[in-house]
Amino acid sequence: MWKKAILRPAAVLLLFAVPLLIKSNYLLSILIVIGLYTIIVQGLGILMGYAGQVSFGHAAFFGLGGYTVAILTTRFHWPTVLALPAAALLPGVIAAIIGRPTLKLRELYLALATLGFGILVHIAFTEGKELTGGPSGITGIPYLSIGGLTFDSDIKFFYLVWITLFLILAGINNLVRSRVGRALRAISESEHAAENAGIDTAKLKLQAFIFSALLAGLAGGLYAFYVTFISPSPFGFHASVQFVLMAVIGGLGTFWGPLLGAAVVVTLGEFLRWAVPLVIPGAGGEYQIIFFGLILVLLMIFRPEGLGALGKCLKLSPEKMPGTGIPSKDI
Amino acid sequence: MLLEVKGLTKFFGGVAAVKDVGFKVSKGSIFALIGPNGAGKTTIFNLITGALPPDSGTIRFEGRQLVGLKPYQIAAAGITRTFQNLQLFSGMTVLENVLTGAYLKGRTGFVKSLFCLPSKNREDKRIKEEALALLEEIGLEEAAGLPAAALPFGQQRLLEIARALASGPRLVLLDEPAAGLNSTETRSLAAYLKKLREKGLTMLLIEHDMETVMEVADRVLVLNFGHVIAEGTPQEVQADPEVIKAYLGEDDQVA
Ligand SMILES: Nc1ncnc2c1ncn2[C@@H]1O[C@H](COP(=O)(O)OP(=O)(O)OP(=O)(O)O)[C@@H](O)[C@H]1O
Ligand SMILES: [Mg+2]
Repeated sequence: MWKKAILRPAAVLLLFAVPLLIKSNYLLSILIVIGLYTIIVQGLGILMGYAGQVSFGHAAFFGLGGYTVAILTTRFHWPTVLALPAAALLPGVIAAIIGRPTLKLRELYLALATLGFGILVHIAFTEGKELTGGPSGITGIPYLSIGGLTFDSDIKFFYLVWITLFLILAGINNLVRSRVGRALRAISESEHAAENAGIDTAKLKLQAFIFSALLAGLAGGLYAFYVTFISPSPFGFHASVQFVLMAVIGGLGTFWGPLLGAAVVVTLGEFLRWAVPLVIPGAGGEYQIIFFGLILVLLMIFRPEGLGALGKCLKLSPEKMPGTGIPSKDI
Repeated sequence: MLLEVKGLTKFFGGVAAVKDVGFKVSKGSIFALIGPNGAGKTTIFNLITGALPPDSGTIRFEGRQLVGLKPYQIAAAGITRTFQNLQLFSGMTVLENVLTGAYLKGRTGFVKSLFCLPSKNREDKRIKEEALALLEEIGLEEAAGLPAAALPFGQQRLLEIARALASGPRLVLLDEPAAGLNSTETRSLAAYLKKLREKGLTMLLIEHDMETVMEVADRVLVLNFGHVIAEGTPQEVQADPEVIKAYLGEDDQVA
């Protein structure tokens, strides 16, 4: 217990000292990206690890959040503080519309529906010339300012993203230990038994899906304010797959899983971007995908519960969260 | 009458698993469903709890028509069940299984669950105390913190019953609760069911062990190939020639 009491605050403190220790803007920007992805994967982790559903369209929600900020601030001159909640809300509403019919059906329907939706949205970003700026996107997004505080530097943005991330982590920590968290886990274990306990499984899965879309949208809004420029390329199908990968690699249903998964995949991506051309001259991004695929296969063979469960073996602070996230078959 | 089933019919493909079944269950009684394997007993449970839609027939509970309601709505109406092939939440602890069974006792929704609110904590505390009391009553208090999957089989059956009782239902459907129990466990289960009946709980009981049925049931419905072949007190059905015939083909549990 004492270990946990010391380790967690220590880890948080260390993290918040990071910008003071690191002078490299490159490293800081990587940490910001990891933070943004973690926010997405936190929501996806609830959907996958607790509600037992998969979404292959979260890059679209991420993009919708980004484009909402870009369009509202540059085309309609909304105040930035109002554009950010809108970036979370719009994907939430869209998730409600897609999820309501599909989640009444079983198992893979949501995966299929989100897959199609993600591709459609990506096409809309590219083709919606007047509104989205087409392939070249939208530039000139203003900095986010809340009250008198303008987030115009990497250091400020680092704190914004990571404080948001920890607030969400605290919320999820409450959620999974609550009545609703238990109900979500019950759904992934036995849907029949869950229904017989009075749990409206379709409604709860829908809520988890909306929650995950809200977080992806929020991350997208923050992303737009961070890079102040937006184009369709980061929101394609490969990004959706990458988010699912992060959730699985980190370990579904584990406390630090989303952060670990995002950190590993982003770091590895950066490493591969540097290393692959050294080995295979002229190689492009497609080789990265192959490596990710390989790593995923190896992970599934040797550590199917994901990296988040490593803490258990190492006796470090991250205790396994309740629930395995592996849905069991019934009837 | 607490439960009134009329003309209940369910086909799988061309085969009638349940055909024109009707019965009435009065409040505070134990009503047993017996019959050879494949007679349609579990299917009747699936129809009552809404897991399957009937092809025809009506199911009235406290005067309310249940056909067409979703399983969670039927649970909310006051009917819970156990499963013949256990369906515990095996990744959860024993206590968490019962807490999940008590889902209907809580009010906290998704958004509130994200925060640490005093009202939520009070609710959690109350439900947890009730769950622990139930575990103690059923003899699983020592195992509260264990993973459900780690329990021996007999205790897993008890845990399913505890989970079904946790929401405070008025009708509980027990699907072969004694299957796999040894004779001591079976006898204490029978005693527990009688105790629950004394408290006013109504139960539908599917059971192959005739001794248990004879001991606890107030009325017995006998099914064969989806049809009702007899209904009455345990003594009446035991003496019924149709019943003896149906069972002689199978095995001779009715002796
Ligand atoms: N979901 C289903 N789909 C198709 N056929 C089914 C289904 N459920 C049950 N059946 C069939 O309906 C018939 C009745 O099955 P049911 O499970 O109700 O029998 P039972 O009386 O509970 O038998 P047992 O004593 O073996 O549990 C069987 O022939 C079974 O194969
Ligand atoms: Mg059966």
